[in-house]
Amino acid sequence: MTRFSASPHPLLGRRALLRAMVAGAGIAALPGLAACGSDGGGAVTDTVSFGNNQSDQVPKDAITAVLKAFEGESGLKVAINTKQHEQYQEQINNYLQGKPDDVLSWFAGYRMRFFAEKGLTGDLSEVWSKVSGGYEPALKEASTASDGKQYLIPFVQYPWGVFYRKSVWQQRGYEQPKTLDQLVALSTKMQADGLVPIAFAQKQGWPGMGTFDQLNFRINGYQFHVDLMAGKEDWQGPKVREVFDTWKRLLPFHQENALGREWQEAAQALQQGKAGMYLLGSFVAQQFKGPDVDDLDFFPYPEINPEHGQDTVEAPIDGFMMSRKPGNPEGARKLLEYLSTPAAQLAYVKADPSQVAASNKAETTGYNALQKKSAQVIKEAAHITQFLDRDTDPRFASDAATNGLNAFIQNPDDLDTILKGMADQAKTIFTG
Amino acid sequence: MTALQSPQSPRSPAEPAGTSAPSPTSRRGRRRRATALAPRDKLVLGLMLGIPSLVHIALVWVPALGSVGLSFSSWDGIGGFADIEWVGFQNYVDILTRYPRFWPAFRHNLIWLLFLLVVPTVAGLLLAVLLDRQLRFGRIYQSALYLPMVLSLALVGFIWQLIYQPEQGLLNNVLGTASTDPVNWLGDPDINLYAVLVAAGWRHTGYIMLLYLAGLKSVDPALKEAAALDGANAWQTFFRVTFPVLKPVNVVVLVVTVIEGLRAFDIVYVINKGRNGLELLSVLVTDNIIGESSRIGWGSALAVVLLLISLGFIITYLFQVFREEDRA
Repeated sequence: MTRFSASPHPLLGRRALLRAMVAGAGIAALPGLAACGSDGGGAVTDTVSFGNNQSDQVPKDAITAVLKAFEGESGLKVAINTKQHEQYQEQINNYLQGKPDDVLSWFAGYRMRFFAEKGLTGDLSEVWSKVSGGYEPALKEASTASDGKQYLIPFVQYPWGVFYRKSVWQQRGYEQPKTLDQLVALSTKMQADGLVPIAFAQKQGWPGMGTFDQLNFRINGYQFHVDLMAGKEDWQGPKVREVFDTWKRLLPFHQENALGREWQEAAQALQQGKAGMYLLGSFVAQQFKGPDVDDLDFFPYPEINPEHGQDTVEAPIDGFMMSRKPGNPEGARKLLEYLSTPAAQLAYVKADPSQVAASNKAETTGYNALQKKSAQVIKEAAHITQFLDRDTDPRFASDAATNGLNAFIQNPDDLDTILKGMADQAKTIFTG
Repeated sequence: MTALQSPQSPRSPAEPAGTSAPSPTSRRGRRRRATALAPRDKLVLGLMLGIPSLVHIALVWVPALGSVGLSFSSWDGIGGFADIEWVGFQNYVDILTRYPRFWPAFRHNLIWLLFLLVVPTVAGLLLAVLLDRQLRFGRIYQSALYLPMVLSLALVGFIWQLIYQPEQGLLNNVLGTASTDPVNWLGDPDINLYAVLVAAGWRHTGYIMLLYLAGLKSVDPALKEAAALDGANAWQTFFRVTFPVLKPVNVVVLVVTVIEGLRAFDIVYVINKGRNGLELLSVLVTDNIIGESSRIGWGSALAVVLLLISLGFIITYLFQVFREEDRA
């Protein structure tokens, strides 16, 4: 026969191709469908899969060692699936709707609640009933969703505070400011001494949120922070206005051109003694090497409104969730229980000394000076906040909040327009 | 080829029907039958047109119309169709009235387009004309000028970040302002767009130059000679003779530049994620759709705005082309 008689085959091929394409297009257009029917379950297995977002070598090795210890203790196997840290967060939406690992890394606060309320992660109240003695009430609250059940096992946390070099301060005779006025006085003095009083960087878009948070809960208190983040308060109201007005008063003491600088560079300004103070999380220590680490110290943000004093500390919690339908539910719960133990957490923070264990039973004797201080500050706090981008709807944090703060830092005099923009966007996002 | 040579093979459509010795009476009928394609031809044509069309529809039109559809919704990307809430034109209204980043992004996209249409095009044409004069080392210049085009725009972003750095960067050190009063090229929202455009233009110029150079090589030297014999000077020869001959190249350059202008994304994304003076519509689409909790409807509405702008250019261009074809 001639070649053309073979045409039915290309036709069939086309149909098959088409079918595949339509299926492909459908899946691409509708990530939700991909999740249907993908829940394995069924088969009995002794392996627990673990979704890890610690992609840097040191923390990755540390968490691997912790999981190895669990394997030895329980006889179960852990399959680790590591993803690059930022990528993990960007893909979490599709990850949780697809075939997530049994146990997976995540953050406490609104970011946990969002997925818990969508039914994408598993209820851990059973595990919590066994481990709740190891956690302070504030940590339980941060792991609880609006239905009163827990969805996260806290692992490690780190506080935000004003960091400084002890040697520099001793040499110049500076003292820790207890109030806003003292902070202003100290900053003025530093400026006269030729130092940048407050190192500052906002290129990554989030460090400035830390400054906003501190001023906000010092001025308006913990509950206002919670309500504002939940979209229940007005960004154009007088309370938010006062936060920005205070910030405006402090801005001349901040390092200039913050929008073009990354926090690592600002941390180096502190490390080199060019800047006197830096408000950041304790991970700032990652930029300090050897003996410099011991020279680093911090104090909680000074009091502004006596009604609230220094009762709130921002101390984001990293932990683990369980997927909605884990392949090995028993193993997953066992692993989560293990991760709540002081032994597991201490083994991890030994490798990453900018964090402290979340368990209140963890022995602090093995900590370095900074970790001891961190643990103490967290313990003394009446309220713990997570961070602006962990306490509010990510749709608001990533766009309206980031760009609003950037615009303020660029043009503090445009405050009216900026706050109107943020308030308008909050209204389109918090519609519930 | 066996099929076409076999006696039973259908006539190719190009073959005039009358050549196969028809009887006068049956001429009309035969011609009609021959114009109507044989089943096998239909099948071949159907496959050749059908497969690309279906691929095109599935990969271009379905997603495009899907975006248009989703732009009327409010959806966080979790769950299926049942979870999509339809909100009509609300996204568009909010974007146009309440979204502080929209109008800057819109303006930046237009500035981007205008800049690319003017600066790299003129510079590329100038370089092409110079290189066409058979300079010594012409090929080296040509390669050097084309080299940036080999780099991805993201990489161009990284390279120029080193040049623009306030304290350690090349530019401020050459200007001598690095230690005294460094210009924050990429951090100052009043100038960073233009700083980035210089980088994007640096890459685009080489491409335009190559296109014009190819066009110039195909210009018949006899035309220029004739103009010279008629007493035209160099300017007149270029603007009256050479440039009109380059018209097809101009159209290609226009299309390439418009595409380049509207798809701009990677260079600003590597510099500062498209914030603080570098907003572009493409960045806003990405910001709203990718990430932890996406606003699919909102992002789709932004994508539709970008689509409408592109359509404006495409329709104008097609209109021009078809009108010329009609005239020809």
